[in-house]
Amino acid sequence: MSFGQALLEAIESLNGNKMRSGLTVLGIVIGVAAVIAMLAVGNGAQASITGSISSIGTNLLFVFRGAREGGGGGPGGPNRSSGNNDRPLTLEDAAAIGDPFAAPSVAAVAPVIQGNATVTYGGEKTTISISGVTADYKPVRNMELSEGDFINAEHILGRMSVVALGPDAADTLFGRHDGIVGETVRIEGQPFRVIGVLVSKGGGSMGSEDNAAYIPFTTAQARLIKKGSLNQVDVIFAQATSAESVTQAAEEISNILRQRHRTPIGQDDFTVFTQQDFLKTFQTITGVLTIFLGGIAGISLLVGGIGIMNIMLVSVTERTREIGLRKALGARKKDILLQFLTESSLLSLVGGIIGILFGWLIAFIVGKVATATGNNFTPIVGTDAILLSTSFSAAIGLFFGIYPASRAASLEPVEALRHE
Amino acid sequence: MDLVIEARDLVKTYKMGEFDVQALRGVSFTITRGEIVSIMGPSGSGKSTMMNTLGCLDRPTSGEYILDGESVGEMNDDQLASVRNRKVGFVFQSFNLLSRLTAVGNVELPLRYAGITEGRRERARAALEKVGLGDRMTHRPYELSGGQQQRVAVARAIVNAPAIIMADEPTGNLDSKVGKEIMSLLLNLNKDHGTTLIIVTHDPLIAAQTQRVIRLRDGELDTSEENEGSKK
Repeated sequence: MSFGQALLEAIESLNGNKMRSGLTVLGIVIGVAAVIAMLAVGNGAQASITGSISSIGTNLLFVFRGAREGGGGGPGGPNRSSGNNDRPLTLEDAAAIGDPFAAPSVAAVAPVIQGNATVTYGGEKTTISISGVTADYKPVRNMELSEGDFINAEHILGRMSVVALGPDAADTLFGRHDGIVGETVRIEGQPFRVIGVLVSKGGGSMGSEDNAAYIPFTTAQARLIKKGSLNQVDVIFAQATSAESVTQAAEEISNILRQRHRTPIGQDDFTVFTQQDFLKTFQTITGVLTIFLGGIAGISLLVGGIGIMNIMLVSVTERTREIGLRKALGARKKDILLQFLTESSLLSLVGGIIGILFGWLIAFIVGKVATATGNNFTPIVGTDAILLSTSFSAAIGLFFGIYPASRAASLEPVEALRHE
Repeated sequence: MDLVIEARDLVKTYKMGEFDVQALRGVSFTITRGEIVSIMGPSGSGKSTMMNTLGCLDRPTSGEYILDGESVGEMNDDQLASVRNRKVGFVFQSFNLLSRLTAVGNVELPLRYAGITEGRRERARAALEKVGLGDRMTHRPYELSGGQQQRVAVARAIVNAPAIIMADEPTGNLDSKVGKEIMSLLLNLNKDHGTTLIIVTHDPLIAAQTQRVIRLRDGELDTSEENEGSKK
């Protein structure tokens, strides 16, 4: 008997018991839908995090004060409490890193000092993160402006009271984020002229950079953010010349700082972190998350498969007489085997297809809900997830169909015909 | 003489728990092509076992069985299935039609397992017309009367042009009037196409319509006698 006929017969037979077939399929539908939705959520989380890490800059390196605890590390790795013996990073360190001869792989350097300050405009008041930055901060961090200009060298030299606002901060103060260049806000009571508004980057993993204000480094140093020693900075951002030279740049920066801080080898009092380190860490986390979610969903798929086996066993018992008759009419073992395997595979295949659509729908709804609640997060239904769950459900149909089918195929015709 | 069945010293032993039960204890007979034979015997006489063996549903424990020139005793399951498909047409007491399939679909089944794809439907239709059901092709079994269902079963038995038709109490589930119709249908098939008929029955009236009666008793051949006057 050809496969086409077997398929037709399987459809006829499953159609003859719609309720039962439907419920069996439902088990697979739920399993596949769960796998698809969970993998989509996992992939979406990964893409969202990767996106926000990429948005903080290109080929970026972070230099923090203090040694990284242990060998593992993570985004929270830089250990700022590792003692008072650590030398702070300074403007001079930043300048040394920016030396094109000592560090040829470093394209640009942006030292930053950070603090929180209260900003007021009219009756509105908000406490936000204030960063004292240099002109290079904009290209290094991929900042873009929706209007006006960013801090430039002139502002820094003149210690001018100018500020570039993040869009969220602008919204809070002005109720809008356009047409506010030229207005004056007060930061800790001191007047600052707004010279630019930044384009939104979305909620970054480094804290929202949209709800922040950027002022000239020198101004911050002199007036707003007092540090223990002169020219101390909190973070130095460095940009490598290319994606390939990031590791090289990290090595160069480490060597420069070791020399300048005179630290023994293996006892660095600073940490160089690359964007790739961040990415890797987060991708590991989301990867584990995805596998975990997918695994749980996979269990429900397995349960669905057991449901198929159960129903097929019932079906074989019920149709013992039919099997006997078919054998009497000349059906060979493999004909019966094919018949029942086709039925179980068809059940799981139909379940798989409906499950994919259903899972897609769930992922879509999750994305809508996330967007509605203000999270920038889109679940991604990948072809890999579709292929995986389709082949998995087909395999489940085959695997759990084999036992009932072989039981049917090995029935003795005489016994089967006598069966009531 | 053209023999379609040669049974020599057939023995069939079943295991029932610890005991061996001999259902057939060395039965020998022959059946000529085109003959109409009935097999009779009280229950427990080995009648069913004989039918299963002659129908190639089961292998004899020992002895030789040659069906239409093929020795069945040494065949494996798939070869047996093939022999059943090509050489044996079954008519059962309880019809054994598949309720999901139409009349023509049921009649097609043996052709499907024979691997025939070309002209299958036409052959099935022709068989149904031969049994007088040309107007019931697409009816399902539950839409047909008992007699009509048995006619579908007969059409299914002859569709593959088998060497023998094995009928197991073919009129057992039918009232006497319809039973007579089915019997005359079978007898006409024999007359028109020379099909060998083997009818297992305990009804003497049925047996009387056959040319020869093989009686079994306790797994042995009791008598094998020609019916007077039934030969046409």
